[in-house]
Amino acid sequence: MNALPANLRSDLAAIVQHVPRGARVLDIGCGDGTLMAALRDNRDVDARGMEISPEKVQLCVAKGLSAIQGDANRDLEYYPDGSFDVAILSQTLQTAEHPDKMLDELLRIGRDAFVSFPNFAYWRMRFSLLFHGRMPITRHLPVSWYETENIHQLTIADFYALLDYKGVKIERSWFFTHDREIGPTYANWRAEYAVFQLSR
Amino acid sequence: MATLETSSSSTLKLPDALPLDSGQTLENVEIAYETYGEMAADKSNIVLIFHALTMDQYVASPHPITGKPGWWSESVGPGKTIDTDRFHVICANVIGGCMGSTGPSSMDAQGQPYAMRFPVITIRDMVRAQVALLDHLGIGTLHAVIGGSMGGMLALSLAANYPERAARVIGIATTARHSAQNIAFHEVGRQAIMADPNWRKGEYYADGISPDAGLAVARMAAHITYLSEAGLTEKFGRRLQDRKAISFGFDADFQIESYLRHQGISFTSRFDANSYLYITRAMDYFDLAEEHGGRLADAFAGARARFCLISFDTDWLYPTAETRNVVHALNAAAAPVSFVELSAPYGHDSFLLDVPALDGVIKGFLE
Repeated sequence: MNALPANLRSDLAAIVQHVPRGARVLDIGCGDGTLMAALRDNRDVDARGMEISPEKVQLCVAKGLSAIQGDANRDLEYYPDGSFDVAILSQTLQTAEHPDKMLDELLRIGRDAFVSFPNFAYWRMRFSLLFHGRMPITRHLPVSWYETENIHQLTIADFYALLDYKGVKIERSWFFTHDREIGPTYANWRAEYAVFQLSR
Repeated sequence: MATLETSSSSTLKLPDALPLDSGQTLENVEIAYETYGEMAADKSNIVLIFHALTMDQYVASPHPITGKPGWWSESVGPGKTIDTDRFHVICANVIGGCMGSTGPSSMDAQGQPYAMRFPVITIRDMVRAQVALLDHLGIGTLHAVIGGSMGGMLALSLAANYPERAARVIGIATTARHSAQNIAFHEVGRQAIMADPNWRKGEYYADGISPDAGLAVARMAAHITYLSEAGLTEKFGRRLQDRKAISFGFDADFQIESYLRHQGISFTSRFDANSYLYITRAMDYFDLAEEHGGRLADAFAGARARFCLISFDTDWLYPTAETRNVVHALNAAAAPVSFVELSAPYGHDSFLLDVPALDGVIKGFLE
């Protein structure tokens, strides 16, 4: 496999390395297309993206990627069942109006799904909240509570509970701190963010 | 080589009669077209541009009647968004038109202008004629087809009916079907033409006294739909035309009135009223889903192209919701599609005006 771009975020790198070669992929909240481009260039993937910001869609199109401007809260319903091998929700779940329904949509559209999100139970978050009594502002969550797009903050333990409730199977998981992968032990304390590969 | 912008004007007479959706056929069809830039030896660099309702093939060369620059000369030319140093650009006058392709003002087999004996045509008929042109030129798969407004309808129709003919399809400010509102505005225009006593059931070619007043009103009404309310307010507001106070009469007191009158009158010098009837009818009949069993996704079932759809937030003639319908259908058909709604203040006509983001998207997509 080709070398991944050096500046590719660790969660994206984990996803790129585990998407099957040649898969059909929908990247929901694809941003400027960084992940789609890495998938195309490294895994020969037919990637499609959805992104709410028109400026970012333009950046995707300029890279030769297929991206549509759309709102993942509303527009996923137009994709047929099982129309993609893999559906990816990278750092987007916590911005959803209804994260549980978005997870359902993800696993309806894709046979497999990748979900990554920041872990609100990371120890620095807990300490910040405990000692300062205010919503934490960190490297990964750098925006004040009133400006943040992250309207449904969650922890790794919350996510496990949701998967359990939904009967979703975890194929693999990865945990990261300071952009480096860490082991799963006490991940809900130690991990800044997490990536899950899921299936029905 | 092609650093100087040179265009070439040609007219092709189709060797065979053109079958029409109505069941009729059209004999001795001529197609007038302009070309720009050099054609690659392997014909891999060809971009076909479809023009809108009242445009023509003079996409980037001076208009022979008005002398004005081509309607998309901002974006088509050497080093421009659609770079004629790189692409061989073709733009043909649609059939039904009046700039050299066969239309109601053309002569029939008896040497008389068709007038209203010209068969009613459809968007797909216009596409079929241009595919015949491509056949004649020996062009298999186009690098891209691009069209705005009605041109976008032709682009979508080509993608649905001749999926092997284009590798990339760009539709700008367009729709897969005419809405009741779209049909309504066109009907106002047609009735204005037909109510002009000079129209005479279309038989006005002999004495050259054409229904200019009716056609001008049609153009005025249509022109309003091409602009946004905010754009009109910004450009004209309630400002008066060359006077200090209202006249308590029916002259063009307001700048917007003067502007629309000018638009209407100048239009009649370059457009045939019967062509306006026929082309607006073709647009009204356009419903790509209905052509393919009622489900738009089925229209694109065999699509092989990459698609790029662009809408404008102030376009109320073909609003973003219509473009989204197309995008959702393409998604359902698993076609690779990009879509972006651009912000521009000018309404539907934004696709012809200076919107840098539009150029960025087109340029990126054509790569």
